[in-house]
Amino acid sequence: MELKTDGYRLDRTLETHAEAEGLRGEIHGRHPMDDLLRTDRLPHIWCPGCGLGTALTCFLSALLRSGLDLDKVAVVSGIGCTGRVAGYVRLDSFHTTHGRAIPFATGLKLGNPELKVVVFSGDGDLVTIGGNHFIHAARRNMDMTVICVNNFNYGMTGGQAGATTPVGGITTTSPYGNYEYPFSISALAAASGAVYVARWTVLHARRLERSIVEALLKPGFSLVEVIAPCPTGFGRRNRLRQGLDAMHYYHEHGVIQHGADPVKTDIELEGPVIEGKFVDGEKPTFLEQYRRQLDRLRGA
Amino acid sequence: MSPASRNGVLSGEFFMLGDIACAEGAICAGCRFFAGYPITPATEVAQRMSERLPLVGGIYIQMEDEMASMNAVLGASWAGVKAMTATSGPGFSLMMENLGLGVMMETPCVLVNVQRGGPSTGLPTLVGQGDMMQARWGSHGDYAIIALSPSSPQELFDLTIHAFNLSETYRAPVLVMTDAEVGHMTEKVVIPPVEEIEVIGRRKPTVPPEEYLPYRVEPGELVPPMAVAGEGYRIHTTGLTHDERGYPATADDTAQWPLVQRLVDKIEKNKDKIIMLEEDGLDDAEVAVVSYGIAARTAIWPVQMARQEGIRVGMLRLVTVWPFPDEEIRDLAGRVEGIVVPEINLGQIVREVERCAAGRTEVLSVPHPGGGIHDPQAVLRAIRRAAGRKAEA
Repeated sequence: MELKTDGYRLDRTLETHAEAEGLRGEIHGRHPMDDLLRTDRLPHIWCPGCGLGTALTCFLSALLRSGLDLDKVAVVSGIGCTGRVAGYVRLDSFHTTHGRAIPFATGLKLGNPELKVVVFSGDGDLVTIGGNHFIHAARRNMDMTVICVNNFNYGMTGGQAGATTPVGGITTTSPYGNYEYPFSISALAAASGAVYVARWTVLHARRLERSIVEALLKPGFSLVEVIAPCPTGFGRRNRLRQGLDAMHYYHEHGVIQHGADPVKTDIELEGPVIEGKFVDGEKPTFLEQYRRQLDRLRGA
Repeated sequence: MSPASRNGVLSGEFFMLGDIACAEGAICAGCRFFAGYPITPATEVAQRMSERLPLVGGIYIQMEDEMASMNAVLGASWAGVKAMTATSGPGFSLMMENLGLGVMMETPCVLVNVQRGGPSTGLPTLVGQGDMMQARWGSHGDYAIIALSPSSPQELFDLTIHAFNLSETYRAPVLVMTDAEVGHMTEKVVIPPVEEIEVIGRRKPTVPPEEYLPYRVEPGELVPPMAVAGEGYRIHTTGLTHDERGYPATADDTAQWPLVQRLVDKIEKNKDKIIMLEEDGLDDAEVAVVSYGIAARTAIWPVQMARQEGIRVGMLRLVTVWPFPDEEIRDLAGRVEGIVVPEINLGQIVREVERCAAGRTEVLSVPHPGGGIHDPQAVLRAIRRAAGRKAEA
């Protein structure tokens, strides 16, 4: 198979997929995570240097460590690069419309409370177009774990600005620098009532994995924000040309601060990335509240 | 509220609001999940569901908007629960994108539209039938849809049950296109004993998970059996064009053809089983009134008046509006001298009637922009015109 020197091709036909499938078997055999992946869908669509592979691996290892019954885990994604996660996991998985993964997940959870429902989607999907659903699910303490990969831009459509793009960030729709104030996703979740909020960069993979385990086992609305490089869409326009540049950046600018006030977790261009576990509390979930009110009625 | 039976069916005779009859119909059909957002004139459906569902083991949730409501309904259906939402014009518009997701993922569910006058905020408390074409074409792309149109609270009850049965049979969202008049009308509603209510559930896969392909149909079939989350099938489904495995297949049109064609065929090729029409006095008719919903009901009096005048006029009421009864209208157009179509919009279904009549008979629209029902005299005048009689003062 002829490979270009940069290691990837833009034009991946079905033949090269099949070839890649064969090659993978030849080169390294089965991957330990293969049982959890729809290997017949690989290779994935993500660019070299993207943080999504790491985020997905952390999720899958966390899932195994959590001890959850995998037949009772459902993954829901919206649209975007991160939105493709639902299509790669060998679990009950739903690839929904842009911004609407959370309400779909709400229906799934309430339709079958035995399910552990995980929403795995991107920043544009969850807190820009889907921002209203995000805050309301947190407000209700709806029982779900949200893994939000934040790469500060719309990657799939070619690197546009969104509600998480830092002020000054160059994107294809903020060519002179972004002039809007961004959301801190973690602060938004905490302010809306999430019982668990953590943020890690993909460099801090072990810590990220541990937080996902905690989030998966936490009843109620839990959020894990994953800071990830998007060299193609965001990095190359913002002095982080390669994925590795972003990893160096996280190494130098990542500040682990457990219990940090979520309001003070804004991410500025060329500023520190505050990470850690910000919220770890407890309160009755939506369904517990629902049952509590009904029990009151029955008791009366 | 009198005591409901174990499965929630409130059998008996009632003087009941249309919207409430709709909610009761849903409960009879086995609906155990409702997600909605308050909107006039559909709010009473949500209110009734919030009161009833917790008592029969179901869940009511008020979502943050109608986009969320529609998605929550789809999610609940994929958890194996019969699910419904109810809305009106503005909310119906917001649901359109995810109605399409329901079509694409082949998700059984029921969406009730208690139509009001539009466009935009329009006439929140007053009747309209202006969403009939939106019901057919409102979500982007090609698809087929089932839409029912009740003319009374009793029929709203009956058709809500039927809508669930159709949605489970064809694995598709089904629309109940009622309106503010029927939804806010209080009339006698009979809820039959449980054993007399036919309730249909979705077909489940009979093969083990390793052999199951979520979108595979056997030769001669059009509706795949449905596994849901938590059953061990490890399904994947997407709004993208997909193959039999449910995997995206977006590089070219190879999956698009069979998928979209089947989504349309499973409705269109089952028209005989889906379409319900009500005929009255059409055997020797020279004029036919073709109508639906509340507009068909207000046409009863003018039809009777015209008959007293000696005009042989009959009525064809479209209980099912979509899929459209092309053949029946074509056949009718060959037998009558004119077709009169009253509807509370400025001419939507009349275009379908014209299409099927194809010039073989005169088709007269009796429009109304919404905000009230037709003046029966307007319908009567149209019947006279269609019969070739001179308009009388």
